Amino acid sequence: MTAAPEQIDVLDEAREQVLERGVGLTEAQVLKVLELPEDRIPELLALAHEVRERWCGPEVEVEGIVSLKTGGCPEDCHFCSQSGQFPSPVRSAWLDIPGLVRAARQTRDTGATEFCIVAAVRGPDKRLLSQVRDGIKAIREDGNDIQIACSLGMLTQEQVDELVAMGVHRYNHNLETARSHFPEVVTTHSWEERWDTLRMIRDAGMEVCCGGIIGMGETLAQRAEFAVQLAELEPDEVPLNFLIPNPGTPYENYPVVEGAEALRTVGAFRLALPRTILRFAGGRELTFGDLGAKQGMLGGINAIIVGNYLTNLGRPAQQDLDMLEELSMPIKALSQTL
Amino acid sequence: MTYCSFCGKEEADGDHAFCRQRLSAIDPPRYCRECARRMVVQVTPDGWTARCSRHGQTVSRP
Ligand code: SF4
Ligand SMILES: [Zn+2]
Ligand SMILES: [Zn+2]
Repeated sequence: MTAAPEQIDVLDEAREQVLERGVGLTEAQVLKVLELPEDRIPELLALAHEVRERWCGPEVEVEGIVSLKTGGCPEDCHFCSQSGQFPSPVRSAWLDIPGLVRAARQTRDTGATEFCIVAAVRGPDKRLLSQVRDGIKAIREDGNDIQIACSLGMLTQEQVDELVAMGVHRYNHNLETARSHFPEVVTTHSWEERWDTLRMIRDAGMEVCCGGIIGMGETLAQRAEFAVQLAELEPDEVPLNFLIPNPGTPYENYPVVEGAEALRTVGAFRLALPRTILRFAGGRELTFGDLGAKQGMLGGINAIIVGNYLTNLGRPAQQDLDMLEELSMPIKALSQTL
Repeated sequence: MTYCSFCGKEEADGDHAFCRQRLSAIDPPRYCRECARRMVVQVTPDGWTARCSRHGQTVSRP
């Protein structure tokens, strides 16, 4: 007798489908994973870790990021302390070129292979692009060969081409949340506008980095929806953030995502995205603490942001590097990425 | 008078346990302790600088 479909265990299915064949979970399957009881989380994480090792290998990609232009953004992303539309204490600031060069050097010194230059804007203007161009030139003149990524908001085709010409190898632009939930989170632009920028980046040959934030009032079904929408995009990298309820933002009183739920999300996203670089990004310090970070690294994550974020602080880089050493996880070398 | 650099209210006014927790974990100072002005803060991979227009710049300890 064959079992009724609802009796098939989703982790058994995932073992055959994702681990053996490299096919990501469907939306319905991701939802089942997100609904697993707490006592099955270790099993989920072990499987997600196997999937990551099988389809991505043992290396961990280390990245540093810096905010080139902070605050004063005209958009209204409800989670963001850099929106000019909310009474957030974050004030506008520009990092100068020597500061950018120093930040790139600090990042390189950790052994990181990626350095992402970020600006809080709807999209870049001429001044910002010329600052990025001068910045990249100065980083190279400093003898720093780290790979450079950018996150400068929505782009026109011309701007995409300019970034390619500057040697930017990867572009970050997050879809942030499920398409069905996006209008609750942002009203000044649409999910589809973000999608258009992502397509242009892909078509221009840049690597696509696209993730989002967990814990913005989305349902578990919407979390599953988001995972498969990301899979459809086939991004090279997915940064997974957990909401930091920042003062002055509409989400300032939202609860921090609880550790077990976050771990389920990590495992589920890995099973939806077997080949993607899945990066621990902002919020992990609040959500997980030190123990959870290790569990995440052993549960499908294969990349981290070390050091500080854009407006929030992270753990000291050395603490994460020590963690990787303790877990015997090799750091991806620059030679492997070229 | 000193002010809380997370929420900008007087230190003596209310409980700042949550603020202290955030400051010790993931937040740079946002308000000047001496005058409660919002500061211009730049976070970098290994630190931060915070500048009050009246009281000057504070830098994170290495
Ligand atoms: S576009 Fe970026 S910087 Fe601007 S409010 Fe949204 S998330 Fe923040
Ligand atoms: Zn306070
Ligand atoms: Zn002051």
